[in-house]
Amino acid sequence: MQIDLFYIKKRLSEEFNIFDFYSDMEKNNVLLSFKGAINDDLVAAIIELIEKKLELKSESTKIKKKVFNILVECLQNLYHHNAEFNEKNDEDMAVVVMIAKNIEGYSIVTGNLIDDVKVDSFKSKLEEINSLDKKELKQLYKTVLTEGKFSEAGGAGLGLIDIGRKSGEPLEYGFIPFNDSYSFFSLNVKINQ
Amino acid sequence: MESIKLEGTPKTPTVEFNSENGELLLKGRSIPENSIEFYKPLIDWIENYSANAGSDTILNVQLEYFNTSSSKCLLDVFKKLERISNPVTINWYYEEDDEDMLEAGEDYDAIIDIPFKMIEVEEI
Repeated sequence: MQIDLFYIKKRLSEEFNIFDFYSDMEKNNVLLSFKGAINDDLVAAIIELIEKKLELKSESTKIKKKVFNILVECLQNLYHHNAEFNEKNDEDMAVVVMIAKNIEGYSIVTGNLIDDVKVDSFKSKLEEINSLDKKELKQLYKTVLTEGKFSEAGGAGLGLIDIGRKSGEPLEYGFIPFNDSYSFFSLNVKINQ
Repeated sequence: MESIKLEGTPKTPTVEFNSENGELLLKGRSIPENSIEFYKPLIDWIENYSANAGSDTILNVQLEYFNTSSSKCLLDVFKKLERISNPVTINWYYEEDDEDMLEAGEDYDAIIDIPFKMIEVEEI
């Protein structure tokens, strides 16, 4: 099945204004934004870039480490999802990653396509993570680490728990129907100071 | 048996597994996409080593970062060490204020039947 990855872009192309795009990024203090296919070299490049940018920031090492750790986990989730997508569709999936800084702290936002059949199990995982407190998340992490049960329903299990644990904030997410078989999944991870 | 010496990279840790004195070191960062590829030879090495381990074995874990894919492999490393009948110690280093790394060490300590020594340092 052929997926038109550029459908949204085509539809919006007439309205697209590069200055608005720039202003939005400025207003939201975007440290880094990337849209496109992802591979291991890119993951490495983004990690290196953000590490250098974080070095110049005045926050505590603790916050910087959290941002770095969560970003690595998010990027590698995207990387593994893309590998799966590529196997099915014989093309790379365009993903989007953004890191912004606001008064409360940092936001790491990602977006990628996800097979509709996985949406429900994904949603329930996210809901479960959000329903647990710090101690319960620690327990879930240990259980999944030793038994690996959580991840069987489509990967990204331990990664998401780890992201939730390190963030300490509820994971914000959304699913937007994209076409007959895929939804656009967005995740916003907050790292507050 | 041969010792292992691997230099660290931006995604993988420095590894020094010394079969002579039983001192094992993992230092730096462990964030490869495919951790199994990296850890398989290390786990095999410990398997061989455990057959004639020295009187004392010490693993120094001095990691700055590790991803969840590595966390499973680290668990396998510790499980292999658990099978050694002679005394084994794991020194778990963490940078001051890095609660996440301290907690990660405590998680393993709760799962693995080897004493973990938590060591706070200024910088890894």
